Amino acid sequence: MDIDRRDLFKIGGKLLVLASIGATLEQLTGSEPPSDAYKMADHWWGMIIDIDKCIGCGNCVRACSNENSVPDGYFRTWVERYQIEESGQPHVDSPDGAMHGFPLPTRADLKSFFVPKLCNHCADSPCVQVCPVGATFVSPDGVVLVDETYCLGCRYCVQACPYGCRYLHPEKNTVDKCTLCYHRITKGLTTACCENCPTQARQLVDFKNPKDPVHAFLRENKVEVLKPYMATRAKVYYKDLDGAVR
Amino acid sequence: MFRDSGHLIRPALVFLAGLGMFLVIRAAVVPKHFGQYGHYRPGALDLVRQRPIAYAGQDTCVMCHDDVGKTRAAGKHAHVACEGCHGPLAKHADDPAALTPKLPDVATLCVRCHEKDAAKPKNFPQVVSAEHSGGALCNSCHQPHSPQL
Repeated sequence: MDIDRRDLFKIGGKLLVLASIGATLEQLTGSEPPSDAYKMADHWWGMIIDIDKCIGCGNCVRACSNENSVPDGYFRTWVERYQIEESGQPHVDSPDGAMHGFPLPTRADLKSFFVPKLCNHCADSPCVQVCPVGATFVSPDGVVLVDETYCLGCRYCVQACPYGCRYLHPEKNTVDKCTLCYHRITKGLTTACCENCPTQARQLVDFKNPKDPVHAFLRENKVEVLKPYMATRAKVYYKDLDGAVR
Repeated sequence: MFRDSGHLIRPALVFLAGLGMFLVIRAAVVPKHFGQYGHYRPGALDLVRQRPIAYAGQDTCVMCHDDVGKTRAAGKHAHVACEGCHGPLAKHADDPAALTPKLPDVATLCVRCHEKDAAKPKNFPQVVSAEHSGGALCNSCHQPHSPQL
């Protein structure tokens, strides 16, 4: 195609006009930052999980699925059953994420317990670091969220998460994950999983609230986060976590 | 002026035009308020917050059903949330006529928590349901809202 300088400038000029119209439209229709009723700076959310209280009923998994319309076969939270031999060899099962509880154990001679899992809402999150478009981020109140209008669906974050907490939504084709029920906790409710846990094995906590039970929990118990060597500054604390849990 | 200063002015104009184009395109493609809290679009926070609520929560349930709430608070199930067994009922809380709660299926509901499993805490009440009830439904003996014999 032959193109002389005059044509080039004409095309350039047209592009400029189109771009400036686009910019103006974006400025007019762009979304506003969150409203002021809820002060993000006053909160720093996390969760505490007491392994010795979990009965593996799967109430949290069903509640999460109902609350967040999680697609079938995908999980934002799930429960694992660990059965550990004396040699330290673990056997882990989580049938359908424990959506319907657990079948009877095959052996009774093993050390066994349940471990509820979910996004650890890391303060130094690997998933956030790898996102090429700024579609996943840690909110000012400490919740790792996904901007589904900006997510490309490249799955870098799915690979980067050391805890396997992310998946590609089969219909939206964007990454989906636990939001710590951000739509609930910003309205003064607890998360769906914590609301429905019959034994209070999991509790939503706010580290910035001086009256929150988390401070006594951390002071009085032996706690651990999952994979501390990953240095992700995870904010889901487990009480009496066995060394075999990954 | 230098001799042949046009050689400098013309590239400078091209550079300025390029810079202007860069700024305009940047303004067009970068979302409003991007970077206000970090390297992301703050509007995404509102987007996530707009999700509808499915579980109304304990406090909402007992506003109307305070009789059941009191019975339950006195028994072993004091800390079991209503919707933990009855399912998500925020729609029912908004308008009781819009959604009528279904009775939970006792045959599967109780054993999810109370079937014996070595992985459960030792002090948690557990039974081998097949031996315990001989097929009878749990609520033929136990009151689910205050489970004493």
